[in-house]
Amino acid sequence: MNVFEFMITRRESLWHLTVEHFYLVFLAVLIAVIIGIIVGIIITYSYTASVFALTICQVLMTVPSMAMLGFLLPFFGIGFRTGMIALVLYSLLPIVRNTYTGIREIPNSILESAYGMGMTPWHVLLRIQVPLALPVIMAGIRTATVMVIGIAAIASYIGAGGLGELIFHGISRTQPYRILAGAILISIMAVMADLILGWVEERLMVR
Amino acid sequence: MIKLENVTKIFPGSEIPAVDNLNMEINEGEVCVLVGPSGCGKTTTMKMINRIFEPTEGKIYVNGEDISKINPIKLRLGIGYVIQEIGLFPHLNIAENVATVPRELKWPANKINQRVDELLTVVGLDPKLHRNRKPSGLSGGQRQRVGVARAMAADPPIMLMDEPFGAVDPITRARLQNEFLRLQEQLKKTIVFVTHDIDEAIKMGDRIAAMREGKLVQYSDPNELLSSPADEFVANLVGRNRSIKRLHLIRAYEAVRSNVPFLEKGDSMESVREKIEDSELRAVLVVDDRQKLIGLVSADDIKKDRGAKVAGDLAQEIENYVTDDATLNDALSVMLNLGEGYVAVVDDGHKLKGTITLGDLLEVVKDDDARAAS
Amino acid sequence: MMQELRRKWKGWILVPAILLGLAIGLTVYVVNNPGGTMAARMLTYPSIFRYLREHVLMVLVSCLLAIGAGVPIGIMLTRPRFRSIGRVVENIVNVGQTIPSLAILALFFTFLGRGFNTAVFALWLYSILPILRNTYAGIMSIQPGIIEAAHGMGMTPLHVLGRIELPLAYPVIMAGVRTAVVINVGTATLATFIGAGGLGDLIVTGISVGRPIIIFTGAALSAILAILLDHILGQIEERLVGS
Repeated sequence: MNVFEFMITRRESLWHLTVEHFYLVFLAVLIAVIIGIIVGIIITYSYTASVFALTICQVLMTVPSMAMLGFLLPFFGIGFRTGMIALVLYSLLPIVRNTYTGIREIPNSILESAYGMGMTPWHVLLRIQVPLALPVIMAGIRTATVMVIGIAAIASYIGAGGLGELIFHGISRTQPYRILAGAILISIMAVMADLILGWVEERLMVR
Repeated sequence: MIKLENVTKIFPGSEIPAVDNLNMEINEGEVCVLVGPSGCGKTTTMKMINRIFEPTEGKIYVNGEDISKINPIKLRLGIGYVIQEIGLFPHLNIAENVATVPRELKWPANKINQRVDELLTVVGLDPKLHRNRKPSGLSGGQRQRVGVARAMAADPPIMLMDEPFGAVDPITRARLQNEFLRLQEQLKKTIVFVTHDIDEAIKMGDRIAAMREGKLVQYSDPNELLSSPADEFVANLVGRNRSIKRLHLIRAYEAVRSNVPFLEKGDSMESVREKIEDSELRAVLVVDDRQKLIGLVSADDIKKDRGAKVAGDLAQEIENYVTDDATLNDALSVMLNLGEGYVAVVDDGHKLKGTITLGDLLEVVKDDDARAAS
Repeated sequence: MMQELRRKWKGWILVPAILLGLAIGLTVYVVNNPGGTMAARMLTYPSIFRYLREHVLMVLVSCLLAIGAGVPIGIMLTRPRFRSIGRVVENIVNVGQTIPSLAILALFFTFLGRGFNTAVFALWLYSILPILRNTYAGIMSIQPGIIEAAHGMGMTPLHVLGRIELPLAYPVIMAGVRTAVVINVGTATLATFIGAGGLGDLIVTGISVGRPIIIFTGAALSAILAILLDHILGQIEERLVGS
């Protein structure tokens, strides 16, 4: 059996795995967006907190994802939960970092004008800072999504489901077509996510 | 209107006060210019008035009310604010930028829209063309105009302006200054205006506060500043050519000679020759039937074009004219740039008001020198 | 000056020493307290050292080869005659970088089979991308005026490259190397799935036999390795920017 035959005859279960993978990624990024933007905003108000949070982000980013899954596994067990926690953790990092930089990069003159005209801090945040930081935040979401699509594939090993199962089952049963199908579908998903979110990011840029 | 009482500002981590025991009063409807070299505390002073900075010591009163007791948001909503970098919000279009303060004040949408159009027209931008543009689509001068319009949006009685015309070329700056002064004639706002440019200070200010190292050195009207500088520092700030600086203070409409001969475009060749013979410059300005300036006819033009029937056929367009709200300094620089001995003066509808010659300017300067000497 | 010295001491000595100490302390602890015969068999000094050596070797070989390939190709693409394809290659590289590491490993596994060499090859190819991209971007971002001035003064193209372009692009190239190394340490933990060994072996074995201490040893050592290499390369990068 070659990879194309496999993909056609098993299209239903492949579709099912793809949806599962997408769901895993979508949910993780969604949670991370909510937490990450809030944390990113909060740390702009405190230098110490920002140094602390950003250092943690940077260190965690370098930890291999397999190692992270290994750390979490004894606490949360085999399955969806451990995978989800790891995915949320990884996608938090670029989102927090980009929210912070996006807001800090806004020229002082703009903020001074806003405050000087009598806008409340809350309005400055919602009407000026967040909208202006949005393209940078979006870039963070893009990085996070692409990264998490890859990590979700690894998380299949600890039973989180998704397209990674094809690769791991393929390896253990020596079925190259299964491995290839998995690798191809995951790659397509990552490239597509990158393109689509890149397009969104560009649309958000202030011209 | 605004009163500063023993105001001192020392920034954390610094030992030298940025503003040192400042006392001054700014009257209602006046433009008060804070002028001095960078680091003299002028911007700091201004920013304490809307509580961007809090004074370390001393009190500031607006309308007799101690501002440290007013909620800063409420205070700022009543004070227009323009800074050097303008600080337009790049993600909002022009209309949304101008509507910032009215939105904070929760005006109804239709009232905001109406106000935005009104303001854009006032600052010389066509609302239809510019409403929906982003700031990045505007020229430097247009951005400054939007900045001013935004500051005036809720019709605040007080405006703070920090080098509002700093970031544009000199010609645009002169135009913006003139327009702004004309506007101020009608609106009579109380304005605190910060600049490092003494020429701009003299031109814009009803009163000028010269500052140095956080201290107020002299606080007087421009005339007095020019004729009797309080000390060496102010004298240096004003410079040696003080009588020429005085040209900033006089507007073209005050000095224009209106009894000059001129031609209408339909006038016959006979009267053209006659008037040119009479004029000392051997040239006469030509206007159309609505008194708008068309150009100039000189004795040479008559010789060159023998087929001409009326004055309008001969008129050559000229560049050496100024609007009547320009200062005499503007008029002088036009003369010097174009190498002409005079300028024509027109009003904002381009109607001819008369002329100003180099001789007239010398006369003004000489009068002043005489007055200063006596 | 004092501050500079303190910063250097902290960057080059203190932080690496802490990380190394952590790694050694951890190893000693788990070897002495394996908490069971199963774990005791896996967690001996020679075996841990072997996994670590495999891991480091995989990363080192692939990264050195990637520098050897990525930097020259990146330079070549900035030369006038190849500039037209530079953009195209840049786009291909960008797409390549979005492909997940597991997919890359799996892909080469199906073509080249199991083993250490396959893993090194996949890691090599994967880490060329950031190095090539940063070399290209680093040189292209130099102001044209600087290069024009160098040519104008009569420098040969080789001297312009060696004395102007490469030194100016160095920090960016180093950043690419750093990215590549960190990614490779991570990807090398997956090499265990295609039978290439490394610290991933500990994690995977630990999972399959249900011994958290084995998982933890592999995870902690690979994490410390990644943080340590990232830190050291960061120090080198900083020194280059500073000079």
